[in-house]
Amino acid sequence: MPSDPEDDYIPWIQQFCESFGHDYFVPIAQEFIEDDFNLTGLSSQVPYYREALYTILDYQVETAEDHNDDSSNINGNGSNLNSTKLPNKALLAHSAELLYGLIHARYIISKPGLTAMASKFERNEFGSCPRFYCDGMHLIPVGSTDIPGQETVRLYCPCCNDIYIPSSSRYLNIDGAFFGTTFPGLLVKMFPEIENQCRIRINKFNQNDFSLKLFGFKINELSLSGPRMKWLKMHPRSAKEKEEYDNCEFSIPIRGDGEVDPDALGSDLDEEVEDDEELEEDDDKTMASE
Amino acid sequence: MANEEYVTDDSSSDFTEYWIDLFLGIKGNEYFCDVDDEYIRDRFNLTGLNQEVSKLPTLIDIITDLIDIESQPEEHRDALEHNARILYGLIHARYILTSRGLNKMFEKFRNGDFGYCPRVHCQLHPLLPIGLNDQPRLASVKLYCAKCEDLFNPKSGRHSVIDGAYFGTSFPAMFFQNFPQVIPVHPKETYVPKVFGFKLHEYSKLSRWRQFQRISLEKRLVSHGIEVVNVPGGFLVDGPREEDSQQ
Repeated sequence: MPSDPEDDYIPWIQQFCESFGHDYFVPIAQEFIEDDFNLTGLSSQVPYYREALYTILDYQVETAEDHNDDSSNINGNGSNLNSTKLPNKALLAHSAELLYGLIHARYIISKPGLTAMASKFERNEFGSCPRFYCDGMHLIPVGSTDIPGQETVRLYCPCCNDIYIPSSSRYLNIDGAFFGTTFPGLLVKMFPEIENQCRIRINKFNQNDFSLKLFGFKINELSLSGPRMKWLKMHPRSAKEKEEYDNCEFSIPIRGDGEVDPDALGSDLDEEVEDDEELEEDDDKTMASE
Repeated sequence: MANEEYVTDDSSSDFTEYWIDLFLGIKGNEYFCDVDDEYIRDRFNLTGLNQEVSKLPTLIDIITDLIDIESQPEEHRDALEHNARILYGLIHARYILTSRGLNKMFEKFRNGDFGYCPRVHCQLHPLLPIGLNDQPRLASVKLYCAKCEDLFNPKSGRHSVIDGAYFGTSFPAMFFQNFPQVIPVHPKETYVPKVFGFKLHEYSKLSRWRQFQRISLEKRLVSHGIEVVNVPGGFLVDGPREEDSQQ
């Protein structure tokens, strides 16, 4: 880092990662940002892309405030046009954060990024799963979409395979796209230790699975308030269940009476369609991570 | 009562309040509702509680403000206060199963005093407190979400030290027996981790198996003549899409 201890100068990236509510972010390696290949396609997503990039890298950036009738310009146009082209400080700050977030989403699925995030995960910096039976499993940040400005960050628990809202409101304005949809899946696959931890927890708790009781008596399934959501956190146990599980290899099996459930399959298909749309953007990410 | 206002100079407030109000005002006690004096004074409701706390009659008098804790020997005050809180908690667990108690807890449920489900697909459904045991000092209070029918740890550390026995194991079940109108429609969505848009196979397989379990459940329910589409206790289906379990 080019910072001089004598100065008060703090690199932009460090400043960003240390500011309030930004503790889910890891600092991106300078080299990663400097490699233009990793930034493919971002210029169209971020306004004032160049200036934002320079801000992140701590280069000199001109803003509308400090550019009055200076002769320097970007496109060689008239000074009138020029002043509209130059961002003001607030806009630029926003663009820089957006750009950093989008690069961050790509960085954390590259090898150094994954490692950095894994150690944050180890230190439980994303919080623990609020679900009682997950026994404080560490959470992994995830976005429900890769398009910025749509959803805030969510937390994925690899143990119960569910996503949760961060417990502190300070994270409620962090864009989910800054972590991306791919990250948790890749993390659990890159670090099989995480899946091991989950398996231990699942085996520990599955035998006494919870259901509501009234004076010690379970509520019947047919009752209105009876258990209806047990399937959500179930794992195959008995031989019959394991066989059913094997039948689910590629699709939900056709029922004995020949009926297929169109809804269950339909919802799967719907999601697949969305995935296809995301795929296009993911393409360059795939390459970036290699 | 007027007498006590002069005698007591409680450190936490300038003027005397009722013991119960003081107790409910303590930070971290937001989950409790106030128990009626008459309920506490009825010895029948306290059957068996003398095994959990000593000096039961004194404690009852403290809780109902018949005697002031300051009038007790100083060395006993802390223990008395401590035991009074335990006793209040245990009475509370019984009280919230009565219809008056249930109504009070219903108000708190509607206000979201117990917090909201952190699960994304539950869309901030209000929670209910539940104990894992009816004996005190075994496990702390947990929160039950009726939408995903799961247990959660309280968000705040102040709440996670409250004894679960102060709410009891039966409370949510009793609550929904009494207020079937607040039984939610359960969302069906599950989350499957994806890498570059592709679902991870083993997670996807598990999710399919779970969906299969759900479909089996729906069929069982339908075969008993129970409606399951977009009704309380049933499952949320959006749009006019035809559900095969309807047939």
